[in-house]
Amino acid sequence: MAQTGSCDVIAAVEPTWYLIVSSLLFGIGAFGLLVRRNPLVMFMCIELMLNAANLTFVALATSLGDINGQTAVFFVMVVAAAEVVVGLGILVSILRRRPGATADDLAELKG
Amino acid sequence: MNTTFLEYVVFFVASLMMLGGAIGVILFKNPVHAALGLVLTLFGVAVQFVAQEAHFLAAVQVIVYAGAIVVLFLFVIMLLGVDRAVDLSIEPISIQRPLAAVMTVGLVGLVSAAVIKAGDAIGTLNPGLGLDVAGETTADGQNIVSNDGNIQQLARNLYNDHVLAFQLTSVLLIVAVVGTVLLTRKWPKQGAAT
Repeated sequence: MAQTGSCDVIAAVEPTWYLIVSSLLFGIGAFGLLVRRNPLVMFMCIELMLNAANLTFVALATSLGDINGQTAVFFVMVVAAAEVVVGLGILVSILRRRPGATADDLAELKG
Repeated sequence: MNTTFLEYVVFFVASLMMLGGAIGVILFKNPVHAALGLVLTLFGVAVQFVAQEAHFLAAVQVIVYAGAIVVLFLFVIMLLGVDRAVDLSIEPISIQRPLAAVMTVGLVGLVSAAVIKAGDAIGTLNPGLGLDVAGETTADGQNIVSNDGNIQQLARNLYNDHVLAFQLTSVLLIVAVVGTVLLTRKWPKQGAAT
């Protein structure tokens, strides 16, 4: 079958592809974090970057055969959950006092 | 239909979900739509985890991220009433977006170049390892016969080698919960507000 032959030439899905896709995801997240001014959307972009790092961990754990990478992803998920809880708590307490504030308005600590 | 072709299909569909959802997060004007784009991205990452035999992490990804974190985002959006569209064409700092684009392209290009340059070292160690059937073999040659080999391996690693970090994680969660309660509490007196 021709398809089987072509798939023998092209190898299976390689870890390199996962790494490139996760670098694209990280880039999109970083761009969004830099250009968006809504604090909630900035948090979502941080989540995107954390997921890109997680995907890199899992891809390398699978390709190198080391389960420690998946354990690292486990800890990253826990820290991400804690970070979202604290960050959204701060956002709620800020936005309750000043509704509609964007990231550029929060410059009270600026010298 | 051989296995490799199916792996290709899964990989490209999941990658499209991920990148499309991510672009939606930064392009949607309404924060609610951005949160839904985030759900799409998180499910794409979960599919990639399944394709790489990280089954426990895929389940945790769906439960914790899509189930808890996105719901928390939506809850805060609805609570604060910021679910209205903003005009993205306003640029407060005129050079911000070109600089951000240059930085992003440079970052992605740098990382991709490094990955492609190291591609032989990454790809030829164990080409296509563990992408076939769940739980038959592990990478370091251990005999995992059951279908939940991933969970067993992960638990053994977590509770043997990283048990101190696991316990510190519980401290982190307690501190986060208590700190959030203190932060968002409405203090009764004027002078007590910090």
